[in-house]
Amino acid sequence: MNYFETDLTQLHDQLVNKEISSVELTQATLANIKKTETNVNAFITVNDDAALAQAKAVDDKGIDATNLFSGIPIAIKDNILTKDILTTAGSKMLSNFKPVFDATATEKLYGQDAIMIGKTNMDEFAMGSTTETSYFNATKNAWDYTKVPGGSSGGSASAVASGEVLAALGTDTGGSIRQPAAFNGIVGLKPTYGRVSRWGLIAFGSSLDQIGQFTRTVRDNAAVLNIIAGHDQRDQTSSQREVPDYTANLTGDIKGMKIALPKEYLGEGISKEVKETILNAAKQFEAMGATVEEVSLPHSKYGVAAYYIIASSEASSNLQRFDGIRYGYRAKDAKNLNDLYVKSRTEGFGDEVKRRIMLGTFSLSAGSYDAFFKKAAQVRTLIVQDFQRVFEKYDLIMGPTTPTVAFNLGAKVEDPAEMYMNDVLTIPVNFAGLPGMSINAGFSEGLPVGMHLIAKHFDEASIYKAAYAFEQATQLFKQIPQVGGQK
Amino acid sequence: MAETELTQDDVKHVAQLAMLTFEEQKLEHFTTQLDDILNLVETLNEVDTTDVPATFTVTENVNVLRTDTANNTHQGSELLANAPEAENGLIKVPAIIDESEEA
Repeated sequence: MNYFETDLTQLHDQLVNKEISSVELTQATLANIKKTETNVNAFITVNDDAALAQAKAVDDKGIDATNLFSGIPIAIKDNILTKDILTTAGSKMLSNFKPVFDATATEKLYGQDAIMIGKTNMDEFAMGSTTETSYFNATKNAWDYTKVPGGSSGGSASAVASGEVLAALGTDTGGSIRQPAAFNGIVGLKPTYGRVSRWGLIAFGSSLDQIGQFTRTVRDNAAVLNIIAGHDQRDQTSSQREVPDYTANLTGDIKGMKIALPKEYLGEGISKEVKETILNAAKQFEAMGATVEEVSLPHSKYGVAAYYIIASSEASSNLQRFDGIRYGYRAKDAKNLNDLYVKSRTEGFGDEVKRRIMLGTFSLSAGSYDAFFKKAAQVRTLIVQDFQRVFEKYDLIMGPTTPTVAFNLGAKVEDPAEMYMNDVLTIPVNFAGLPGMSINAGFSEGLPVGMHLIAKHFDEASIYKAAYAFEQATQLFKQIPQVGGQK
Repeated sequence: MAETELTQDDVKHVAQLAMLTFEEQKLEHFTTQLDDILNLVETLNEVDTTDVPATFTVTENVNVLRTDTANNTHQGSELLANAPEAENGLIKVPAIIDESEEA
């Protein structure tokens, strides 16, 4: 079976009413994944046997009528730890790594009796915008197999968009949930920094990383956040703030909501079709009783430059731990310990990871720190202040998620600087730690155009409220991929 | 931030700091790509950051403390299962100083 014409609530009802068992659902899901994978390559590991065993245990215990996730298969990005199940972060470095504990987010899904159906493909260590830097081959866009799915969470996005699963976890450091959600026409949310515990997430840029989720619908998305959000003493940046019920205010009523549309988000480098789609979405919001006004985020254009210093610096520090000693890839024939470090890292990391480690090491090195790392951290402050000014008057910021729709596989691999511009619209949100969502707003050349919705810290509820109203009015989520393009 | 022109020697030096090594032909390619990235990064020079504080984190938490309690979560054997080489409950590594090399 595929998940194109159902949602969490419907499936849950079928499970509760015993129209289908969790084992049957898991078997059908696995069969469909097997068929679909030859086209999309969204998974690194399909968790066949363990998933079926888990489903059987849930059936034996009985589906919990009060728990939406009981017996429902969910996919997890391969940089989120799953005990005893291969977790590679898309890298040769961890191609044989089986974690000895679960990430908090994994633990929480297991706690709901969700079925862990498999680990999704990603750019190596989440560094990339196309899933092409994965050691395990590129994932394809669910709408067109010649296009990139976005990245780094391209596997999770493509798995949901191609109907392999109803929901998948991803991670977002500079746009890695929102950009692939946009390219695949689904709902992807990066929660506020601190909303979801990062315990058990393989670190990339620790001041930016956040776990979030992909779904087909807004309500399902809110339901997943309800489960994975919350305080965790094992992550000292995790917030003690109470977790509201994110599904509570999905009324479709957004009268009086104040929405800001930054002029920079529709400026240079944004394709004409993307711009038109977003302006139409703005009209839709106005027609539903919201106000949309133009604002300015003057420093957002410096986000990419500052990001590649800050994220790479944090990465060069975080990735020091991969040394070939305690776990992960170890090179053969090392002459001495130093040689072992250098060879293991040189052979274990791919080119994009090396580029970022090099850039980060350079930015933090003596003589460069003030000019690069500190300068970037100061520009980050200005970007944060831009948002603060806008949120004094507005509830939400809207814009496109990406400058263009999905591009051809291989098109930008050799030009990192151009590749990085993909994230120009999403990066500032990570800098400020704000919640951001991408939701499908229409199509251009048969490919989805993502709308980006940004709210104040810990105000995911406003994003969900607006996104739900938009989704119900446009019914775009009912469009499903037809290979060769959507009319 | 001054105009930086990255040389292959710079890249070799940074590679050494990062515990990486590059073959000669790859070094040239990498130097060009890194130089392109640094050119992109240098647009930050346009921004006046005089007296602007730096932001290193956006967490609202300050000094998070917890009780330091001992627990017995992982067994040695469990942790060693991921080690590339292990012997007698210990991780095996090559000699720290290669004695066959001249000092």
